[in-house]
Amino acid sequence: MASKVIMPKLSPTMEEGQIARWLKKEGDKVSMGEPLAEIDTDKATMEMQALANGVLRKIIINEGESAPLGQLIAVIAGPDEDIASLLSEGAAKPSEPAKAPAPAPAAAQTEPEPEAAPAPAESNGHAKSAAPTSSGRMIVSPLAARMAAEAKIDLRTLQGSGPNGRIIKRDIEAALKTGVAAPASTEATRFQPAAVATASAYRDEPATEMRRTIARRLVTSIGPVPHFFLTTEIEMDRAAEMRKGINALDPDLKISINDIIIKVVANALVQHPGVNASFQDKFIRHYEHADIGVAVAIEDGLITPVIRAADQKTLSQIAGEVRELADRARSRKLKPEEYTGATFSISNLGMFGIDEFTAVINPPEGGILAVGAMTAKPVVRDNEIVIRQMMRVTMSCDHRVIDGATGAKFLQTVKKILENPLYLVV
Amino acid sequence: MATLTIREALNQAIREELTRDERVFLMGEEVAAYDGAYKVTKGLLAEFGPKRVIDSPITELGFAGLGVGAAMVGLRPIIEFMTFNFSILATDQIINSAAKMLYMSGGQYNIPIVFRGPGGSAFQVSSQHSQAIESWYAYFPGIKVVMPSTPADAKGLLKSAIRDDDPVIFIEQERMYGNKGEVPDDPDFTIPLGVADVKREGTDVTIVARSLMVPVALKAAEKLQEQGVSCEVIDPRTIRPLDIDTIITSVKKTNRVVLAEESHPICGVNAEISSQIMERAFDYLDAPIKRVSGVDVPMPYAKNLENMVVPDVDRIVAAVKEVAYID
Amino acid sequence: MSKQTAEPRTAAAAEDQSSTGVLDDPPVDRKALGKERDTVKEQQKSRIGDLDPEILIDIYRQMLLIRRFEEKAAEVYVAGKIGGFCHLYIGQEAVAVGTISAIRKDDYVITSYREHGHAIAKGMSAESVMAELYGKATGCSKGKGGSMHMFDKEVNFLGGHGIVGGQIPLATGTAFGSKYLGTDQVTLCYFGEAAVNQGAFHESLNMAQLWKLPAIYICENNRYGMGTSLERAMSIHNVAQKGDGYGMASEFVDGMDVLAVREATLRAVERARKDYLPTLLEIRTYRFMGHSMSDPGNYRTRAEIEKYQERDPLKLFMATLKEEKIVDDKALEQIENEVHEQVEAAVKFAEESPFPAPEELYTDVYANPIDPSKK
Repeated sequence: MASKVIMPKLSPTMEEGQIARWLKKEGDKVSMGEPLAEIDTDKATMEMQALANGVLRKIIINEGESAPLGQLIAVIAGPDEDIASLLSEGAAKPSEPAKAPAPAPAAAQTEPEPEAAPAPAESNGHAKSAAPTSSGRMIVSPLAARMAAEAKIDLRTLQGSGPNGRIIKRDIEAALKTGVAAPASTEATRFQPAAVATASAYRDEPATEMRRTIARRLVTSIGPVPHFFLTTEIEMDRAAEMRKGINALDPDLKISINDIIIKVVANALVQHPGVNASFQDKFIRHYEHADIGVAVAIEDGLITPVIRAADQKTLSQIAGEVRELADRARSRKLKPEEYTGATFSISNLGMFGIDEFTAVINPPEGGILAVGAMTAKPVVRDNEIVIRQMMRVTMSCDHRVIDGATGAKFLQTVKKILENPLYLVV
Repeated sequence: MATLTIREALNQAIREELTRDERVFLMGEEVAAYDGAYKVTKGLLAEFGPKRVIDSPITELGFAGLGVGAAMVGLRPIIEFMTFNFSILATDQIINSAAKMLYMSGGQYNIPIVFRGPGGSAFQVSSQHSQAIESWYAYFPGIKVVMPSTPADAKGLLKSAIRDDDPVIFIEQERMYGNKGEVPDDPDFTIPLGVADVKREGTDVTIVARSLMVPVALKAAEKLQEQGVSCEVIDPRTIRPLDIDTIITSVKKTNRVVLAEESHPICGVNAEISSQIMERAFDYLDAPIKRVSGVDVPMPYAKNLENMVVPDVDRIVAAVKEVAYID
Repeated sequence: MSKQTAEPRTAAAAEDQSSTGVLDDPPVDRKALGKERDTVKEQQKSRIGDLDPEILIDIYRQMLLIRRFEEKAAEVYVAGKIGGFCHLYIGQEAVAVGTISAIRKDDYVITSYREHGHAIAKGMSAESVMAELYGKATGCSKGKGGSMHMFDKEVNFLGGHGIVGGQIPLATGTAFGSKYLGTDQVTLCYFGEAAVNQGAFHESLNMAQLWKLPAIYICENNRYGMGTSLERAMSIHNVAQKGDGYGMASEFVDGMDVLAVREATLRAVERARKDYLPTLLEIRTYRFMGHSMSDPGNYRTRAEIEKYQERDPLKLFMATLKEEKIVDDKALEQIENEVHEQVEAAVKFAEESPFPAPEELYTDVYANPIDPSKK
């Protein structure tokens, strides 16, 4: 049975993809799950797997060429099977990007995982991960469907326990229980699981009318995300000492000042849930953990790999992860879930000798901290002029969710901990 | 409160209504001198005399029509069918005359009549004497159809039926005549038609059952409770008009439904209830509605085969487990 | 009556059929027919006795009204003003008028679907009957019954009933009611000879005689059950004789002589009122029209139709009244005019009446409606 290979959706924002490399050539036998090609998306180079058994009979999109989502890029079929009709079909009409969970054709194909538009009322905005049933059709009892809609649970994240995998009431109840999640509207104190398994859980609180009015008015003033900026200067001597001390314990740790900043910011964020938040039009989403996006410059752009739950990780864990993610970011090997869904970001241009700058928020995050270079400066301490390692940071805040005082208090905490890193262990 | 059998409760209801209203009379085969083929009318001839309690010839179409005619001129007949199997002979008068008279006369002639007698499965009397035909009558607008399951319901509902100004089909269950229960003594105790009764409260599965299936469903519910499944048992009591609201309320709570009946499944009352639940509570269903019905064959004579036809506790338990997703 | 198509004709019968839809064989012997008619007329004259001329004229007027009403009904039916079945009573007027002239206003009348004549004879207005044919809100059954289901509780007219024989057990019940309640109201129950073959007839006669109920069972023997002659449908052609099977008094009556009908009914009414005894009357009559408006009537011979038309109960009675000098031409003309006005007024009333309001669709289903949602 001949099967079409189409350009898959490999990132949430991908609209077209470029074939970086075919890993099989025409005439090669392929089996399901085998890597078939590498595809450059807007964010990363991703591996595409074959979803059918057979022979790679025809490559339609060659290396270096691009194709929109859903377009036929190759055909897998039996060695002698007639694929003319499939080819002419592909030529006649470029396939439309998949919009909805379409019923799967008889043979498996590289059907892109359907992605809901960011519509907060209907979905939690995270990528869908669970697979539909073997028939390709999701089986849900009417009640379970309704409960899931009300609790904003993505049914595709669930495994049905009823006959033929039917998702039933108890599956939803189990999801609500184990996922520490409940309908945000009724139980504001509980968090519900994000669709990306490693991402922070969150709870949604309805945005008040006042909050929405503020949001509306600010947006009309300065673009869709109304930024404002808070700058402070932090004395980094003790942080630097601590770094030196830790690295002296084990030279392999290679803790950087930036790692310390990540940890401190993460700790400050969980102390200031108002900042670890995101404006979602009708509600404000508060995250349980601080997932810190770390801006990494790469050859022709910028990507922000995410340190999940940085508030719960040790400095050495953070340091290791940052290094590993940055390396892969530079070689464009990040998976989408590794660079999406941060709750707050940090951009550090200190290594470029920048003293102070403002960074642009990565929506829907509520803020980003722009970190400048650490430099020795004369400062007044106890009426005496002394030399201290000073670092200027500027926080960009989404005014729809963070007000001036909220941001300032958060920054105060960041400053306090960085200046007295012992707070990290207190 | 007195403890009575359903037979005694029905007898009491008829006796009280004969006493209460001179226009009420009782007619049927063997209702008078023989004291009733099933002794429901025991002692009534002696008490009320041959004018009020009348043995009819075996002439179902004739005396059913006679009852309707008498109702047209102001009487309130209770017409007993020795069993509802024989009412099949009288369907022209029940359906074409009783049910439609008020409508086709433009509201001039209502028919206050009760057609009553045992229906449903009996014991080893084979195909012609053992069947449930309530869905035939429930099909027709203009008729009310009542099926009691307890002595108190039997009495309260029969009294309401006799006092009602419309034709009422009142189907008793032969197998249940000896069932006992508490019955209020108040001679004005009635139960309104068209009101379902929650016979047992529960949270996991709604079982809708009528007539003979009510005690069977209650036994099943008890058994299931031991296994941690909480069943709500609803007896609609009146099939037409049907108190669907009570059923829907329960379904919204439990999300799962088993419908039990002795009758054949095709075009049966539960097919209708099932459809109405689907129309009104679709989004509350966690499992397909499950019917437990009489097997779709004429009733056999042999005891073992007969036992296979009428739904029992095990079949209801199995259906409940199926809708509750319990292996 | 639910049967809509006529008995399938044989090819031979179809060829013999004249343009009028009636079989031409055998040839008509008009002389013989005239002789027979004169015999009947003489018998009728002998029945006038000392009857009040007012009653006689009223009987004539009733018969004429029914005749003209039915002619009008046929006219508006053909014009598409009324729908459904329409079973006309033309030719049988003497039965309804003769029998009902013999009872009181509070007596019960119940009949089959060929009931326009009985309704008018029982005292229902031509307006309410015509409006019912039109399916109007002012009809006797509010437009819900139509031609076959006319009711009027005011005059104890308990309806036209559509299932052949279905009204016979009902009549047994109304008679039972009279006896139970101790009134002396009698019930007249009409049906065609074809209904005699139904179980309902036999079950009813058995109960009525067994329990001595004041019911008068009136078989209007018009010789055809739709297209099937009684000879082709009945093992014993004499309907009156069937009363013997139940020990019930029965009588054969000439249905073309309204006074003969009246006399026989009076005898039956006396039995019923005095002794709660039922009677079976077989009244031999003839319908001049088809079974219904959709019946071409091609199962009858011209000779047969002419035979009965010679004895047209209306013409016969008019001739008797004239010859007995109870009415003159002028009086007859005046009656004719008045009846004409009455029928025209009925049509006008029906035409101008409103159709039932849509909400009427849902009323009258139950006398005590129960809405469980409002319990």
